[in-house]
Amino acid sequence: MGILEVKGVNKSFGGLRALSDVNLNVEEGTVHAIIGPNGAGKSTLLNCFIGKLIPDSGTVLFDNQSLLGIQPHEINQLGVSRVFQTPEIFSDLTVFENVIIACFAKRDGAFELNAIVSVASQKDMHEKAKQMLIDVNMIDKRNEIASSLSRGDKRRLEMAMCLAQDPKLLLLDEPTAGMARADTNNTIDLLKEIQAARGITMAIIEHDMHVVFSLAEKISVLAQGTVIVEDKPENIKGNPKVQEAYLGGAH
Amino acid sequence: MLGLNKKDFGLLTIVIILTVFAPFILNPFPEGSALAQFNAGYPDLMQRLVIFGIFAIGFNILFGLTGYLSFGHAAFLGAGSYAGIWMIKLLTLNIIPAIIASVIVAGLFSLIVGWISLRRSGIYFSILTLAFAQMSYSLAYSVLTPITGGETGLQPKVSDPRIFDAALAEGTTPRANFFGMFMNDSYELSLAGWVFTFNVGYYIAAIFMVIAFYISIRIFRSPFGLMLRAVKSNQQRLNYTGIQSKPYTLAAFVISGMYAGLAGGLLVAMDTQAGAERMFWTASGEVVLMTILGGSGTLIGPVLGAGFIKYFENIVSKINESILQAWFSFMPEALQEFFVAIFYPFIGKGWHLTLGLIFMLVVIFLPGGLMEGGKRISDLFRRKSKTDSGSGKVAPEAAE
Ligand SMILES: Nc1ncnc2c1ncn2[C@@H]1O[C@H](COP(=O)(O)OP(=O)(O)OP(=O)(O)O)[C@@H](O)[C@H]1O
Ligand SMILES: [Mg+2]
Repeated sequence: MGILEVKGVNKSFGGLRALSDVNLNVEEGTVHAIIGPNGAGKSTLLNCFIGKLIPDSGTVLFDNQSLLGIQPHEINQLGVSRVFQTPEIFSDLTVFENVIIACFAKRDGAFELNAIVSVASQKDMHEKAKQMLIDVNMIDKRNEIASSLSRGDKRRLEMAMCLAQDPKLLLLDEPTAGMARADTNNTIDLLKEIQAARGITMAIIEHDMHVVFSLAEKISVLAQGTVIVEDKPENIKGNPKVQEAYLGGAH
Repeated sequence: MLGLNKKDFGLLTIVIILTVFAPFILNPFPEGSALAQFNAGYPDLMQRLVIFGIFAIGFNILFGLTGYLSFGHAAFLGAGSYAGIWMIKLLTLNIIPAIIASVIVAGLFSLIVGWISLRRSGIYFSILTLAFAQMSYSLAYSVLTPITGGETGLQPKVSDPRIFDAALAEGTTPRANFFGMFMNDSYELSLAGWVFTFNVGYYIAAIFMVIAFYISIRIFRSPFGLMLRAVKSNQQRLNYTGIQSKPYTLAAFVISGMYAGLAGGLLVAMDTQAGAERMFWTASGEVVLMTILGGSGTLIGPVLGAGFIKYFENIVSKINESILQAWFSFMPEALQEFFVAIFYPFIGKGWHLTLGLIFMLVVIFLPGGLMEGGKRISDLFRRKSKTDSGSGKVAPEAAE
């Protein structure tokens, strides 16, 4: 039984069949990579998990509960966090504020008129946010305005925000795009560490094969809206279907 | 101190000092001098400065923090005014019940309007709030005349029930009071050529403004305030972070509605009258101008904006043609005529033209409002005195 079970998901945009009969099974506590050429429908698939899109048909079960038709904030409260392909952060707030908002959101997902105490007096939240920034190696940038960060830093910040929420399932849409090699390696180490320490399940979309093969225990290859192969990493490289999908996508 | 950090406490102290000494600060020119027309230290204007300050502080909690631009906040000010005047007519001339009722009624009213308007965002939200306010205005003029007094508005009469007060003698004017202190009582202090007026109503309104300002600082620095800023910055991200934004924006809407109600109640306490024109869309627009002009999203900006607009409204609209002629009388007659002709459209009733121009200049050259202007000037001086200190964007400090 997987923590995330996707069965027969279809999604069309007008005449374009972005997802057709997608099946996916993410085992609890594993890192599952979703790869495929540009436009294969990878991001669209993740959108169906977080309440951004509702599939035309099919089921998406998380922890045996259907995610379809549930509001985005409720899905997050169930324990699903996502790092987006284009960073979604609070651009005109500071790095530290970005992370501490995620910390507060974890605690009071339900509305709480927390209007009289000051943010500065919430020591536990401060410690948590600080620790998170230390973990992603951004503590020295805590007072910078988020919009002034580099693309790679924005993504690391977003990752810190998601991790601060202690998700059960972390969805990562190209988490290392725009990062320098050293930062990419740091990110791989960070994700490995977190996975080992907390056992968070991760579904990761990535074009960088170095990242994929360093992290993934299972890989699904998506091409033109369908999963053409799902297998262990060592069997993926030599698979002729995969090679064809990538070469086919090149022209 | 008082749960504020050093910087905020300093700011609060400055505001307190300024309001306490306003009768001196606003009357810098000796009585009878040519410049005395620029004095603003008379009770009526000083009361308005702080009351509209409260209105703007509250508006800023909605607009400055969440970015939701309401074009209908005058409706809550008007509703507060009506609630206040009814307390004065039915219960007592003491202003306390009037002020409490105005806050509660405006709060409930804004809960309904906010609940509906916040279904949409952006321009649609603004239009919805505007529609509500104009509806309230029209209703106050027509079907609701029994409650609102229609065109004549409402004033206390000797014959009102006022169940807590002893009956007034026939022929006396009912005056609002605070446990026996009348709002329009003043103490005048003559010093050399200067006359300073200390007015009861002003100080009571000023106390409310200081409290309102203090609460707004607390809200700005709270987790709630942080969530509101998150709404403004990226509402999507907030949703994907597990927070439904509507309860937060609605709470901000109601709080700002209550601030508007308080301002309405205080207006009634000062002049004991209420009319529908307080709900007109221009009144809603004015508080938007005040907030943007002063600097939306800053703590003190809206107060400055309110003061700036109310001060110049009074001063500029008092200038008339003969005053202009006196100013330019040192010139040859043809030149004098020329300058008078140029400036004439901007004075007196032309005040709105002046305001419009000032507003355009500020929005184009100082998008952050007067606060940004102040900051640029102080940066200029700082750069002169210290060449090395880095750009250092001021960020709320972590607890350490
Ligand atoms: N909201 C939308 N409306 C219309 N078409 C869309 C929408 N979102 C995605 N598409 C289309 O669906 C297809 C799949 O897009 P998707 O973003 O999922 O691809 P992807 O696999 O994430 O690609 P990439 O690697 O470039 O990020 C594309 O052809 C895209 O143009
Ligand atoms: Mg994508």
